[in-house]
Amino acid sequence: MEYVIILISAILVNNIVLAQFLGICPFLGVSTKIETAVGMGASVLFVMTLATIVTFLIQQYVLTPLNLVFLQTISFILIIAALVQMLEIILKKASPALYQALGIYLPLITTNCAVLGVAILVIKNEYNLVESVVFTMATSIGFALALVIFSGIREQLAIAEVPKGLNGMPIALITAGILAMAFMGFAGLV
Amino acid sequence: MGKRESSFKNMAMALFVITAVAGLVLAVVYSVTKEPILASQKAKINNAIKMVIPEFESVKDTTVWPKTGKDSVRIHALLKGAESAGYAIETYTDNGFSGRFTLMVGFFPDGSISNIEVLEHKETPGLGTKMALPAFKGQFKGLKISDLPGEELKIKNDGGTVDAITAATISSRGFCDAVNRAYSTFKKEKK
Amino acid sequence: MNQLNNFTKGLLRENPILVLLLGTCPTLAVTSSAVNGLGMGLATTFVLFMSNVFISMVKGFVPDKVRIPAFIVVIASFVTVVDLLMQAYTPGLSSQLGIFIPLIVVNCIVLGRAEAFAAKNNVFSSFIDGMGMGLGFTLALVIMGSIREMLGAGAIFGFKFIPETADGALIFILAPGAFITLGFMIAILKKINKPS
Repeated sequence: MEYVIILISAILVNNIVLAQFLGICPFLGVSTKIETAVGMGASVLFVMTLATIVTFLIQQYVLTPLNLVFLQTISFILIIAALVQMLEIILKKASPALYQALGIYLPLITTNCAVLGVAILVIKNEYNLVESVVFTMATSIGFALALVIFSGIREQLAIAEVPKGLNGMPIALITAGILAMAFMGFAGLV
Repeated sequence: MGKRESSFKNMAMALFVITAVAGLVLAVVYSVTKEPILASQKAKINNAIKMVIPEFESVKDTTVWPKTGKDSVRIHALLKGAESAGYAIETYTDNGFSGRFTLMVGFFPDGSISNIEVLEHKETPGLGTKMALPAFKGQFKGLKISDLPGEELKIKNDGGTVDAITAATISSRGFCDAVNRAYSTFKKEKK
Repeated sequence: MNQLNNFTKGLLRENPILVLLLGTCPTLAVTSSAVNGLGMGLATTFVLFMSNVFISMVKGFVPDKVRIPAFIVVIASFVTVVDLLMQAYTPGLSSQLGIFIPLIVVNCIVLGRAEAFAAKNNVFSSFIDGMGMGLGFTLALVIMGSIREMLGAGAIFGFKFIPETADGALIFILAPGAFITLGFMIAILKKINKPS
């Protein structure tokens, strides 16, 4: 039951993009086509889950026991950066097909604040390892969901007639606002 | 200064030096700010206690129940001179509109509520946040939960006595839940 | 003249948020009031110009291939310094901004300026560039925070100018208002920069 609540809350109610404002850059950047949105979503799911597990263990077994919690930010970002690099190298060797599909998104993920954000949030919410993994996966599903919905809308926007001053990013942001409003309807669900 | 070549030795050295300097600087800043951070956290709690039981002079002791985990309630037993001034209880609910929020609830020694202070919350601005205004939390002042049917607070929609905030029923219900939790801990403490 | 240009470009012509569209996450998240916007802006400015100066100082010492990890370490250190200082001396603001303070690390503006400017220019220009960009960021945050606070809470910097019992248009403090306000601000600046 606990896990179901975490799931629903992270995917819909506290959607990472539309309610918590993490990962806005890729949300606006790679959401012009549904196809790229799906690719980005999958890469984030992969990296975020892996990163959270590693950072969680580091926090639990290195930083806290050694009283080095103040090094959290610096060690987490280095772990994430290293992880992304390693993943890129491994994927290139092991599965060229997957690398073809996800490769171009990987470098963008290091500076995706959602990844670092979730790693920190997990510690802040005092989740245990299983809860952390559930929360992270739910969060990235929420990210992918928002991204895919938004890219669908933007594909339509591209052919719509928009007032000249609002063309491009402004109308995209206003659309995102309306989408966020729709997601507010989920509030109070859990 | 020309660019240094990317030989293994140069790369390792550059990274090592930068990380070492960074670690050193952070250790220094950490040790300098450690005391003020602790002090400001303590001051925050003390201020909240002052808001709910203004006449307290010192904290006799603080008990945490249960001892570990995040679901714990802290009870500060307060003294005025040598006499008990009451209890300030840091309590929480997980049933807020946006998850957990925490309250400081003050009880006089006779068990009536002195005042309530909202500590941390993520409720909707303008709706759930009204729980921090006197119009809502004022109705708890002087209330003795032991006199209520079933010894618990409930909002009117649930057959209780508390007027819920308009358009923020869930926050109001969560508020009652947190106060009830404080009360049941208070009862245990008094025993 | 050139230095002046380095400074002013960050304010309007290359405003990091409104024109370059960098650092949108904290922009949307912390601007529910003008004070929060100001706090976040100043914290980011500090990190931005400190890391700009430092990076332009060590750029000759760091080989190209490990440039990015070295920059990240420098930036993360300054972020931690700001985080600790704010926890110690402005605890209220620190808890308001919460997770977005450590997240300055991944704010694209900081790494972006390090890579695009500080790694190629001398210390003084980098200092000026960091200040200009930082203040441009702060300016945008404060304006946006003010607009949202005025519309959403009927207040400015915490002073309420509508009757105590009245509410503003709440939606502007909530998530949707953030997106919509930013959208219109970008549209307006586009008009200012490129009058048709």
